[in-house]
Amino acid sequence: MFSDFDFGVILRSLPYLFKEGMTFTLTLTAVATVGGVILGTLIAMIRLSSLPVLPKIAAGYVNVMRALPLVLVIFLFYFLMPYIGQWALRADQPIQVGALSSTIITFTLFEAAYFSEIMRAGIQSIPRGQVAAGYAIGLTYRQVMSYVVLPQAFRNMLPVIFTQTIVLFQDTSLVYVLSITDFLGAASKIAQRDGRLAEMYLFAAAVYFLISFTASMLVKRLQRRLAVAR
Amino acid sequence: MAAGSRGVNYHWNWGILLEPSPDGQGTYLDMLLGGLRWTIVTALCAWVVALVFGSAIGVLRTLQSRTAQWVAGAYVELFRNIPLLVQLFLWFFVVPELLPREWGIWIKQLRYGAFYTAVVAIGLYMSSRVATQVSAGISALPKGQRMAGTAIGLTPAQTYRYILLPMAYRIVLPPLTSEFLNTIKNTSVALTIGLMELTGAARSMQEFSFQVFEAFTAATVIYLLLNAIVTFGMRALERRLAVPGFNAAR
Repeated sequence: MFSDFDFGVILRSLPYLFKEGMTFTLTLTAVATVGGVILGTLIAMIRLSSLPVLPKIAAGYVNVMRALPLVLVIFLFYFLMPYIGQWALRADQPIQVGALSSTIITFTLFEAAYFSEIMRAGIQSIPRGQVAAGYAIGLTYRQVMSYVVLPQAFRNMLPVIFTQTIVLFQDTSLVYVLSITDFLGAASKIAQRDGRLAEMYLFAAAVYFLISFTASMLVKRLQRRLAVAR
Repeated sequence: MAAGSRGVNYHWNWGILLEPSPDGQGTYLDMLLGGLRWTIVTALCAWVVALVFGSAIGVLRTLQSRTAQWVAGAYVELFRNIPLLVQLFLWFFVVPELLPREWGIWIKQLRYGAFYTAVVAIGLYMSSRVATQVSAGISALPKGQRMAGTAIGLTPAQTYRYILLPMAYRIVLPPLTSEFLNTIKNTSVALTIGLMELTGAARSMQEFSFQVFEAFTAATVIYLLLNAIVTFGMRALERRLAVPGFNAAR
């Protein structure tokens, strides 16, 4: 059953797979993680604030995003973005948004909903007495957040943030629906061009597995370290 | 509406939902509802697969045997660390190639091939998550329960069947609810192998009618409703199954 396996096709396509495909996959993962954590932290802070109306809007955003399939959101934003751009720039025509920037914005906005839940738990894990103590020594809200609460919240939530990043790394494969050349997209293009589906998809699966598995082992180690330090 | 101004501003036309769709099966709304039906049927079947395999692996993880624990651990890691889309492609494109020729041909000629593939792929993918929850639920039970089972003369199988699992399922019902919601969402990935589920239906409505936002807004609303109904139903189930005096949260 593996007798007519052609490993040569994998070897020949390695530069394309990694230079084009994996670079895109990792860039998207990194940008969406950083953007998602920043935006997610802001959303979490809004949700936990005593501002009028805004916490409800933030909660609504998070709940809607988490109820929708990522594939649907990828399509929706891909078509929506040109019109939002038109509105934002007051242009008289929908502006052109490339598939690349579209996916980066989509993943950042989508993952922000998930990261905001993580950060909300992180912020809530800090005893309220610390916030009160911060105010008591005359710190402002900004200072309490940036010097007392957020550094600890990040630290406590670091393993969860990384675990979510591994999920995100795997989810980036869904940009396939926009025919983008991410790692899976690259593998799929070679697979179809050369009629070597078995080789390419098995190889793609192995690479995704190795990266995700190694990363999750590292997260486990980090988790143990943080647990001891606390 | 003036065709000349098209492309400058988006023209909303909600009436499109009631116009006939090119598939000849009724209106565009019917097309979306047909998609919803595939989403529900696929999610339910995949969920059965996920529960059966997930429970078996979850139980294996809590057994004394080192081998059983290793096998269960390997299973969970394998299915959790490969993207669902890649797993779907493996089941759809690769597995039929690796099987004996006649089997492969038989699989490829199945009438609802995309549906069966989606059920297997999504079901097994979700089973690794169910397994994690089930084993966590069993481990959360006081040790005395297992010992009590042994003390009254139950075999390990009976202890699991009558004592550990009924309580473990109750404890992990809330996380299982969100895994079921994930299963529903994950069915959308199957549009890549041609399953006409809800997102796929919205996508083809958009391609035929050019009313992008009506199609995806309608699908969004349907997903939100589905989500609300499932959440509501599971809460009711939780209340019905609650054992008086046993607070799972503790």
